Amino acid sequence: MIEVDARGFSCPIPVVRTKEAIDRKPNTPLVVLVDNEVSKENVSRLARSRGYSVEVETAEDGFRLLLSPLAK
Amino acid sequence: MRRFIPSLTPHTLMIGAGLIFGVLAALLVKWGNPANMGFCAACFLRDITGALGLHRAEPAQYIRPEILGLVLGSTIAALAFREFRTRGGSSPLVRFLLGALTMIGALVFLGCPVRALLRLAGGDLNGITALAGLIFGAFVGILLLKRGFNLGRSVKMPTLPGWLFPAFVVILLLFAIFTPYFIFSSASGPGSLHPALWISLVVGLGIGFLAQRTRMCFVGGWRDLMLIKDFHLFSLIIAFFVGALVTNAILGQIGHWSFTGQPIAHDNHLWNFLSMTLVGLGATLLGGCPLRQLVLSGQGDTDAAVTVLGMVAGAAVAHNFGLASSAKGVTIFGVWTIGIGLAITLLIGLLMRERRQA
Repeated sequence: MIEVDARGFSCPIPVVRTKEAIDRKPNTPLVVLVDNEVSKENVSRLARSRGYSVEVETAEDGFRLLLSPLAK
Repeated sequence: MRRFIPSLTPHTLMIGAGLIFGVLAALLVKWGNPANMGFCAACFLRDITGALGLHRAEPAQYIRPEILGLVLGSTIAALAFREFRTRGGSSPLVRFLLGALTMIGALVFLGCPVRALLRLAGGDLNGITALAGLIFGAFVGILLLKRGFNLGRSVKMPTLPGWLFPAFVVILLLFAIFTPYFIFSSASGPGSLHPALWISLVVGLGIGFLAQRTRMCFVGGWRDLMLIKDFHLFSLIIAFFVGALVTNAILGQIGHWSFTGQPIAHDNHLWNFLSMTLVGLGATLLGGCPLRQLVLSGQGDTDAAVTVLGMVAGAAVAHNFGLASSAKGVTIFGVWTIGIGLAITLLIGLLMRERRQA
């Protein structure tokens, strides 16, 4: 599982990091860790637009986003 | 309120907020603000800087209640939706410097990314040159982001520091209401043009609330369009422009479509472009336009608050050292500073990188 730790970063760094991870290994599930509401929204929007489903888990220090590629 | 707002999709909310903001920005001119300057984060912060006596440009001194409302509206929204979080520690001094340079860029053009749109919506075609520069600056910023630029991680902090900036804004509001003798207030010029305090304050509060909820950003829209082909924030920019344009047309506030003879503007194309390149680049590296920095300052982001203080310092420097432009045009020191500012900002963008995880 690829993990992108974007905790502590604010817009747009978490999106940039997630996009890079998606581009590097397309169609692979990945976990993105963010620690604020805005990053959660932005990363989720990016993931959905790239054809991933997004599952949000609340973690102690923010959110754990599980992005899984949707079957085509 | 919490039940009502989530029932709107984020996209509808964004377009609605953009339209409302655009209409209000045009109305603020009718109610008393300077022409094509219904709302301007940079110009209004500059006026506040002058009111505190940190610069002595007499026509630009007034505690603009729109800015105070913007910050406090964001605080109210953040509290109502439990998003007030004190954070900080992500390169404060670099943010201060970038804030100052971004402000100097805005004052050489004579407007922030918001006013660039408002100037265009009022017939001032220099808005096009400015937006071109802004987009180019954001594009360069994206290249730096892709190279791994960042200002470092911020950390959660105890609550108190997050309240310092909103508290400072409350003190400014008291100064605006009671106008103690040490507060300067323009007798003529743009600083003397404004609606009644309560009108500006209420509009500012409303925009601040909406801005916090929608995360609106007038540089982020262009950035996301180029970086991830996402139209979400960009739709705000379009809605804002349409709202302002239509309202200006109805109110007869569009003078004539031209580059010359526009209110509080000059038509030096090269420096309008390059000064807004500096704004676009600086704001992209900072993660948001001046308006967004003010909104974040209201919700506990002390890094954004330091950026705003940098913008205040930049405004003071711009007027005290003769860098700011006027309707007569740019100044020689102003254009030199834009060149140096671009070089410094690029250097920061190239050098501030975190080693990547494999």
